[in-house]
Amino acid sequence: MFHREAGTFKTSYAKDMALFPLPIAKGAAAFFLATVAVAIPAAVLTGLMHEYYLTIFTQIFIAIVGALGLNILVGWTGQISIGHAAFMSVGAYTVGNLVTKVPHEIFGGPMPFWLTIPAGGLMAALIGTVVGIPSLRIKGTYLAIATLASQLIIEWIINHTPAISGGAGASIQVPRPTLFGNELKTPMEIYYFTLFFAVVAIVATMNLVRSRIGRAFVAIRDQDIAAEIIGINIFRYKLLSFAISSFYAGVCGVLFAYYSSIANYEAFQINISIDYLAMIIIGGLGSVLGTILGVIFVQLLPVAIREVVTAYGGYVIANPEQMQLDSLLRTLMIWGIPLLVLLAVRRFVSLGFWTRLIVTLLAIVPAAMTALGVLTYLFGSQFANTSALSAMAASLKLIIFGMLIIFFLVVEPEGLARLWRNVRNYFRVWPFSY
Amino acid sequence: MWKSGLKQLAAAAGLLGLMSAGAVAQDKELIIGMQCDRTGPTQIVGTTLCPAYHDYVALINSKGGVEGWKIKVIEIDHEYKVPPAMEAHERFKKEGAIFHSVYGTPQIAALAKKLEEDKMAATSPGFGSAAAADGKRFPYIFPVAATYWSQATVAVQFAKKQLGGNLKGKKIAYIFFDNPAGKEPIGVLEDLAKAEGFQMRTFGVPSPGIEMGAQILDITGRFKPDFVIAHLFGRAPAVAIKELKGKGFPLSKVVGFVWASSEADILAAGGWNIAEGYHTLQYAGVGRDYQVIRDIEAMYKAQNKEIPKQMIDNSVMYNRGIFQAAIQIEAIRLAVVAKKGEKPTGQDVRDAFERVKNFTLGGLAPPLAITPEDHEGGGWVQVWTVKGGKFVKTTDWQQAYRDVIKKHLADEAKK
Repeated sequence: MFHREAGTFKTSYAKDMALFPLPIAKGAAAFFLATVAVAIPAAVLTGLMHEYYLTIFTQIFIAIVGALGLNILVGWTGQISIGHAAFMSVGAYTVGNLVTKVPHEIFGGPMPFWLTIPAGGLMAALIGTVVGIPSLRIKGTYLAIATLASQLIIEWIINHTPAISGGAGASIQVPRPTLFGNELKTPMEIYYFTLFFAVVAIVATMNLVRSRIGRAFVAIRDQDIAAEIIGINIFRYKLLSFAISSFYAGVCGVLFAYYSSIANYEAFQINISIDYLAMIIIGGLGSVLGTILGVIFVQLLPVAIREVVTAYGGYVIANPEQMQLDSLLRTLMIWGIPLLVLLAVRRFVSLGFWTRLIVTLLAIVPAAMTALGVLTYLFGSQFANTSALSAMAASLKLIIFGMLIIFFLVVEPEGLARLWRNVRNYFRVWPFSY
Repeated sequence: MWKSGLKQLAAAAGLLGLMSAGAVAQDKELIIGMQCDRTGPTQIVGTTLCPAYHDYVALINSKGGVEGWKIKVIEIDHEYKVPPAMEAHERFKKEGAIFHSVYGTPQIAALAKKLEEDKMAATSPGFGSAAAADGKRFPYIFPVAATYWSQATVAVQFAKKQLGGNLKGKKIAYIFFDNPAGKEPIGVLEDLAKAEGFQMRTFGVPSPGIEMGAQILDITGRFKPDFVIAHLFGRAPAVAIKELKGKGFPLSKVVGFVWASSEADILAAGGWNIAEGYHTLQYAGVGRDYQVIRDIEAMYKAQNKEIPKQMIDNSVMYNRGIFQAAIQIEAIRLAVVAKKGEKPTGQDVRDAFERVKNFTLGGLAPPLAITPEDHEGGGWVQVWTVKGGKFVKTTDWQQAYRDVIKKHLADEAKK
């Protein structure tokens, strides 16, 4: 069959190392590329799809670049970082300063993006390497706190250095990127601009992780002492991992600065770092596909939930303002977040089925009860007013989003990528499963 | 079995048809896109301001709308994050919004260019860059309320009045949240210090601003100022009030900027008794003694509903929501009038904003005069003081040192 392998028939290293071992994988990649590069823009141009949806895709593309970088560090090299957003702000301020301070005579305008993007990446890589130095001595939670500190330090430095931040407002206007003298400003142009870099980032990561460097990363992740014994220079590869990861973050920051036309560190604060960690944990650590799925999950789900609730919430919910939603939310946070962290920790997987079930129930039961409580208490056929419905949508978005994260992680702690692989493996031998 | 399934299907189809019919029936409506933060770090503002906004829109619609047009508000909660705000803008464009009610400083910064490209106006009352008051540089942004610069000038003028009309040789402490918004007025304050001859020192409080013992001790123990100007956000104002009180500093010598001045801050500081004497700057009126508030109360009564709790408990934020909605709807009204009843575009609403005058909402809104040059409308603030368990109006709408503001705007434009 064209999509099935019935054994290992690889006769050369080249075949073994191929990016797409099966023809169907190549076909699928071509299909998705055609969808985002041709079908979606065509749908927008012909009016089948509103231009609005391009914005969502653009944000997904930008986030893919950043999340891939984080996944290289966390997923492949096994070093944790809670300071990823800070490196994005480094990239953003690099482009901000380059386009404003480099004399416009040199390039006949602000510095072009094909220079600012690598420059932003390199600057972030440089700082990322410095931040990575503690990783040589400390691991796990300790490293997490060290990178958290770097997030705060970078923010503080930007905030307090007018030479970097461009004054008290700490924001620098970034002109739109230009290509052959044409300003890229419509949603469609920005869409293609970011798509290009997302594709480059994806291809680069896929190649990186099967290279000598990538294998060294994996060796360090799996057992750093063993890696050192077989001759991998831990010092070099750990720092390299930080550098590459920060390079991606820097590029992501530059893209975001171009997208929003401003470099402002308030857009890259600690909650964004957490968001990126969430993306790769939900998607799957050490997986390119997982990264993409995780980004789509985190970016798209809140929008989808909001749209569904505002569209249909009015039919079932009336007068939600009478409920103390914020206190319910707080309960949820108190229960949900530590358990989420627990779920994310690898060791939890080895706890055994029953422990896992009990912990999961502890997390999901209050969450489900809160949601059910809200719904049953308010159940009625009246239409809610806009204000109440908006409040409901905002709160439900958080509740459902949190619950779905817990749900997916419980179903498959290794993320959406593993979930997808399980489904695929099932169908690979279907209907003759054993 | 099969038949009942069919029936259900038919019923569902009928319901869907009804729903779409309902959507089509209301075609004479104008859409405002509104950002909100009900769940993020500034939810203390959003959970009161946004319902107030909707209340005012409901009031206008219950009176027949704006020149025959109903107002529809699409609200998007962005949790104070930038990407959802950018997404919201495109969403509003998709829905055909003629105005974008932006919320948040990083959000308006990120959207500034987009608004201009899409010819859609936005307001930034109480947040955003002070430079946006320059209508020539930011034609699509309307701060409407006093910027941090204007607040700083009025705060100094107020201090001057409280200290007997002369600031020469006096000491003023400026305690601020150490972020771009907190640092923004420092330049203006330094200029005023030079002009008025007072000594000014700044005390930055790092985020999240719930620990400022060192700064307060520095102020009360070492610097010993004659007046304190506080520019704090979130939980920080409450902590500042409590700490200053604890160190025995008279709160009647303290004035807080607009985000350090709600009932919630006073309650969080330990109640009205603790905060007695504390002065606050307000860009919208406080309390319920306004015609528009009474109208909303009447509207709730007519529907046999309780009036919203926030209206009583947090009138500062509630009234700001009313002000925000009212000033936008006034501009939309002017745009409809100018178009002789036809549907205005985003550009029409922007142009109409520059004609907003004499719109005071019975004293709740400042006497704004928005012009093509001055999108701030004059930088008007009232001072309200904590007295006997409530806010009492100490001064009427006032502005100060407009020449200093003009100079700073000109400097910004040169950059």
